[in-house]
Order: sequence, then structure tokens, then C-alpha cells
Amino acid sequence: MDPLEAIKATFFQECDELLADLESGLLELEGGGGDIETVNAVFRAVHSVKGGAGAFGLEPLVRFAHVFETTLDDMRSGKLATEPAAVKVMLRAADVLADHVSAARGQGVVDEAGSLRLVAELKALCNGGAAEVAGTDAGEEVVMVDTEVEDDGFGDFDFTPVLVEIEAPAEAAPVDASGLPTWRIGFKPSRAMYAKANETALLLRELDRIGACHVTLDTGALPDFDALDPEESYFAWVIEIETDQGEAAIREVFEFVEDDCEITLEAVGASPAFDIPLAPLDAPPLAAAPAVEAEAEPAPAAPDSDVMALLERAKLAAAEIQATAPTPTPTAPPRAAAAATPAPAAAAALHPADGGDAKTAAGTTIRVDLERVDRLIDLVGELVINQAMLTQRVGESGLARSSTVSVGLEDLEHLTREIQDSVMAIRAQPVKSVFQRMPRLVREVAAMTGKQVRLTTEGENTEVDKTVIERLSDPLIHMIRNAIDHGLEKPETRIAAGKPAEGVVKLCALHRSGRIVIEVSDDGAGINRDRVKQIALDKGLIAPDATLTDEETDNLIFLPGFSTAATVSDISGRGVGMDVVRRQVQALGGRISITSIPGKGSTFSLSLPLTLAVLDGMVVGVSGHTLVTPLTAIIETLQPKTNDVRLLGPNGAVLAVRDAYVPLVDVGAVLGYRKGPTDWTAGVVLLVESEVGGRAALLVDAIQGQRQVVIKSLEANYQRVEGIAAATILGDGRVALILDVDALIDVRRKDARRSATPPAARLPLAS
Amino acid sequence: MNKTVLTVDDSRTMRDMLMLTLKNAGYRVVQAVDGAHGLEVLAGETADIIITDINMPRLDGFGFIEGVRQDPRHRATPILVLTTESDGEKKTRARNAGATGWIVKPFNPDKLVDAVRRVAA
Repeated sequence: MDPLEAIKATFFQECDELLADLESGLLELEGGGGDIETVNAVFRAVHSVKGGAGAFGLEPLVRFAHVFETTLDDMRSGKLATEPAAVKVMLRAADVLADHVSAARGQGVVDEAGSLRLVAELKALCNGGAAEVAGTDAGEEVVMVDTEVEDDGFGDFDFTPVLVEIEAPAEAAPVDASGLPTWRIGFKPSRAMYAKANETALLLRELDRIGACHVTLDTGALPDFDALDPEESYFAWVIEIETDQGEAAIREVFEFVEDDCEITLEAVGASPAFDIPLAPLDAPPLAAAPAVEAEAEPAPAAPDSDVMALLERAKLAAAEIQATAPTPTPTAPPRAAAAATPAPAAAAALHPADGGDAKTAAGTTIRVDLERVDRLIDLVGELVINQAMLTQRVGESGLARSSTVSVGLEDLEHLTREIQDSVMAIRAQPVKSVFQRMPRLVREVAAMTGKQVRLTTEGENTEVDKTVIERLSDPLIHMIRNAIDHGLEKPETRIAAGKPAEGVVKLCALHRSGRIVIEVSDDGAGINRDRVKQIALDKGLIAPDATLTDEETDNLIFLPGFSTAATVSDISGRGVGMDVVRRQVQALGGRISITSIPGKGSTFSLSLPLTLAVLDGMVVGVSGHTLVTPLTAIIETLQPKTNDVRLLGPNGAVLAVRDAYVPLVDVGAVLGYRKGPTDWTAGVVLLVESEVGGRAALLVDAIQGQRQVVIKSLEANYQRVEGIAAATILGDGRVALILDVDALIDVRRKDARRSATPPAARLPLAS
Repeated sequence: MNKTVLTVDDSRTMRDMLMLTLKNAGYRVVQAVDGAHGLEVLAGETADIIITDINMPRLDGFGFIEGVRQDPRHRATPILVLTTESDGEKKTRARNAGATGWIVKPFNPDKLVDAVRRVAA
């Protein structure tokens, strides 16, 4: 990649981090927390975005960032209070800044009108909080901003914006015999100039680059050795230079030092009126001035017009300067130190390891191409399968369990497991990256619905596989929109119900038994179950006489074609229902469930596997097929006794487990491996818990063992099969299907309902 | 013998830019992420030229320059300040702290190398 493109990519990565810092800083300020350091950090974030954007010529981004930065600078200097109203504007400005960054990246477009509006609001904040800005005013403000930005030098780079007022003499330099204008420069550095590590020799070198120089050193001010202060500046120079580059080029050479020296510049032979001192008037009196005057002889009309000869002379002059330099002393005056630089540089080269300091301290992370990690994960997957095969072969060969081979194999198994965990950890990332996008969403949806919303997050450092994170965003966005749009009430309604006007949406992530659980809860009105039921009836999603538990009613909202909003609102759905969310979550091997308390709010909870690559499973046999049940779902296994099984309907049954009855599911029948009445006591039962909290008993023929299996997508390699989550390759090389426990229970439940409902009255049951 | 430039900037983008430009110009580049880190790096490294940003966490550019100037080894090391602000106040403050010159961001590679050359012995 072109190195500049690579840096640009880095810039956008950095922008993401900076924008996240910006937002979290502003949120901290909004919540009343934070101090001046927070404001500083927020300022720096915008400042850095602007700086980088300027380097790549991203004009619109620079312009917006500039206005934003100016406002933040006011806040930093205390001119603008960090009050909630101002911070709210800044939060929205942060959103627009993010849009500008995306646009600069070529992703999406910026809402120009919105951007201009915010520019106006930011300017208004600067101007003392006159927040009312009419549309036309906004336009004018922006024009002002434009010019300001250009004045700041964001256009073409220019070192010398200072010299405009001296135009008249600039053209006046007379032309000498060599055909080039000649200038005479009187230069007397001050002590301060050397203290800032500026160096006359370098200035002369620069002058030499733009034209042939004749340098005269005035040592008149040099005191006796006894009186010599090694750090004082005693010398003055007169330089005559032939150049066609004009006065600006000469002044540019002295740009850094013009405040720390006395300098005169005149066109040789021109009238004294053209002698315009650049030196500040309060500078110390020009000690060498008389000398300069004295030497102001007529221009030495360059007897040798040979440029090379002049150059030679300039070099000699430079050598002379070096030779007459103040005596170096132990206190190391600047000149001596400058001359000594090669030595330390050599020393630095002798310790190249020192150079590494910056790198190690700059961060102990490395960036790795994702492809490489994925390749590694694939390989480790193969290793796991291979190791399983080996174990199986060794088992079949009849070696004793205590044999060295078996023991060694066990060690190998542990190692493989550790390698796998470590590799998975490489891909794991905190959910923070997704959570960080939500505050903005909440603000936008709140603004659109006219509701007051506060978002709180918890457990944002919970780690989960990168793929899961990437695909988590959509369902989360949907759920949060839904929570605000449908969950929370309008402020008036809330106040009437005795709740604070501001609703709270809580986003929370945690690890629970090998999975990650993400909850989106609101403190709104909860699900209106009567209405949900009515709608489901109206849309023909349930049978009129269906008796549903509260939980089942709540889950109706996940049915395709169900949407409680009277009009399809732009916010919660763009015409998409919760069924899509459920599908997205299921595609990740996850589950979604809802709990709701009327008047108190609802909680959606997502449960997702930590990784999409491996799974701990119980290998079972059903009708001659080998299946894998995710271990996380299994509570216990048991042998059903005739007394415990109660038949229900033509082919249903429940199992008494201690004091409760749980539905019995014949896995073989549900998957279509076998037909006919089931012998409920013939096999083994796996007592499983579904994500929605319900329990069920899965009947299988036999348990073959526990194993870690590598997940291979069935969808990608074949197609989606109901009741099956994925596939895997077993130690003996055979493909085994991994059961989707929840889906199995669902299938069974629907079947039971179907057979329980008379055909005539039966309505289509969507799934 | 390549000259060593220490660049101090909290922005990775800017550090990369400086690194690329200066390396292409034949300098050896050492980096630091803020003023405090810059001083740490200087403790084990001698720089011929220092380029520093102003706005940085932990220790800003002004404090960093003062720190550098207090070290006898670096009293005469040229320090260039990177600045996006055109306002003279920042420039003056940086100069008073001991800065040798300045580079206005955004810089193009030629101007940067030019400015470095101007102050580099």
C-alpha cells in the first residue's frame, strides 16, 4: 500500500478512537462529572481530528472541526460553562463530526443543513449562548467561518504572512554587475536567540542557499577575555547578498529569530528611507550599529561575477565565524554544543537499542491482519479434530488407559484445549465498541420521539468474539429503538404515572455459563399483553381460543408480521419487526427472550455464544445417528421411569422431574429419524433449559460422551435446518449435527398445539 | 551519519506522517506520545532535532520544551513546534519556553524538511 494511504487508514482508525473519547468525555461532563482535564481531553480529541484531516486536505471535516474546536477552546479557558445545555449541543456536534469523518472516509454523506445548523449553534455558544439562530443567520455565520478558516492557513502553506506592509521597497533592489539585485543585511543576534538554539552559522548557510553572500563580521563589541560572558552575544554581521528571490525570501530566513535579534535590510545603494528595521523597538540598543554604519560602503559591485567564487567566499566567511566564536567553556554555550552534536549522535548510534524505548513505551499491542488470526483459528480447529481422531484410534487399538501413549494423549488434549482458548482470546474484544455507538442512537431516537431518555451501560468490558461483536450491532440498535419508541412513555404520561419524566434505558453485558448475555431494559410501561394478544388475533397469528401464558404472549412480538405500532414508524422499525431481530440473533447461535412487568418496564435479553468456532457438547446417539447437544443447555441427565412419564394427547408426554412436569421431546421423532409411538422409557433423557427459562426433557437413545467440537456452519455448507444449529466433524471423521435445543422445544410445542387444535379452526402458525 | 529527530505528538496519524516524511529525507526518527514520554525518551537517547506538538495529555508542549531546556545536554538542541493555531499567543509562549522555530500544520513534506534543515546544524 502507498505509505500515505496507510497513514490515512491509520488516521481513520485514530478518528474512531478519538470520537469515542470525545463522546465519553462529553457524556461525563453531561453527567456533571469530569474536570478541566476532561475538557482538555475532549478538546484534544477534536484538535487531533482536525490536525490529521488538515494533513490530508479533508476540507469539510477540517472546517467543522475548527468551529467545534473553537467552542471547546472557550470551554477550556472557562469562558463557556460546562452546563448541560452547552454539553448537549456539543454531543450533537460530536455526532456530526463523526458523520464528517465517515463522509471523508467515503462512507455515507453529511446532512449539510444539519451540519450548518450545528455550526451556527456552536458559534452561538461562543457568542454568549444566544442559542436562537435564524436560518439565514446560520448561513451568514458559516460564511464567516469559511473565511476564518482560510485565514488560518488551511489553504496553501505559507511561512511568512507578516511582511505585507513592506511591499514598496521590495522591488527596489538595484541590479549590480552580475545582473542580480543586491541586498545588505545588518544582523545582530541577542543572547535570547542563542538560548533558543538558533544559530547564526545556520542562518548564513540558509542565506547562502538563496544567493551569493559576502559576509563581514563585526567583533567590535567583544570585551576583554576577563570580562567575557560565554553566553552573551557580542558579534554582529553584515551580509551582502545577491539574489533575485526578493525580500520575502531573505526575511523568511530570519523568520524564527526576528524577535530575538536586530536586523536591518536594505537594497544596496537605495536611499536610507528603505531601511526598515524589523527589530522590535524595545530591543536592546544595537551595540554594533556604528560598525554597521561604518561598513556601509558602496556596494562592492561584485568584482567577480562568478557565483561560485562568491559561494567560496561565503564559506570562508562562515569558517571565519566559527574560528572567532566565543571560547567554549564548561558551561557549554550554544555554539559549542552545536559543534559537538556529531559526538552525541555517534553515541546514539552505538546504542541502537535505545531507539526501541519509544516503541515499547508507546504500547505493547500489535496489529495483526485478521486473516492471519482466522487462518490460525482454522488450523487449531483442524488440530482439535485431529487430536480427537487420534484419541479415538488409540482407544480402538485396545491400549490400556494407563499406557504412556494414552497419558501422552491426555496431555495433548489439555494442550490443544489451551491453545484453542488462547487463540480464541485473540479474537475476543470488549463489547464496548458496539455499546459506544448507542448513546448517539439514543439521542437521535429521543429527539425524534420527543421523549427524555437516559442510557446507562454496564459491563462494557465483557469480551466476546469479534464476529459476534460485528453482528451484534444491528439487533442491538433495533432493540434500543424499540425500547425507546414502544417501551418508554411520553414525559407527561410518565409524570402522570408518578415516574420521573426522564426514562432510563439500560444496556448491560455479562458472562453467564459460557455465553454472553446482553440485556436491554427500559423502565417504561411494559408490554400491553391484551393489546398484543388482540393484534396477534387480528393478524391471524394465533388461534382465537389459544390459551397463552404471559411469557408466551410476550413472545408473540417476535412473530413475523407482528408490529404493534399503529403506523410503521420511522424509528422502530423501518417496517422491520422484532422477528428480524430474533432471526439475526439466531443466526449468531443466540437466543432472545423478553420479560415484562406492566407499569415497570421490559427487559430483552440476548444470549450469545462467546465464540462461533467451538462448543462443548454432549455426544448422543439417536436412531443410529450421532448428534451433539450443547453442554451449556444441559442441566442433568436421567433414566426415565415408567411412573414418571405421563402421556399427553396422541403423541405427547411429560416427565415428572422431582416436583415439576416438563415436556418430553423425542428427538428422533422431531427430526424425522423415526415415526410412530415413542417408547418413552427406552432411552436416556437430557434435562435441558432453554434460554427463555423453560425446561424440557430430550429423549435420546444413548449418551456417547462429552467432547469439544469445532463448529462448521450448516447454513454455509448446506442450508438451514430447523432444530439443528450447526454441524461438526467427529473423531472418526463422521459429520454430526449439533442440536438447537430451543428450536427443538419450539418445534415440539408447535406440533403439540397443532395436533391439539381441530383442523377446521386451525390458523396458520407462522414460524 | 544520519541525524536523529525526536517527534513528540499524541496523534498516531501525525507521528506516522512525521516519520514517513523525515525518514524519506534521510533522518533517523525516534517517537514519543506526549511531553512526559518525550522527556523519558530523551533520558536514554540524544536527539539532534526535536519536533513537538503543543496540545498533549500528561505534559503539554510548553512544559516539554522547558523540561528539555533544563537538561544541559539539550540546551542547544533545536526544537520545532507543531501548531495548527496561527494565533501568535501560542507561538510566543512556545518561544518563551525555548522553542527554536515552528511548523504550521498542515505541513507539506517539503516545508517540514525545509524547516528541519533550517535549524539543524
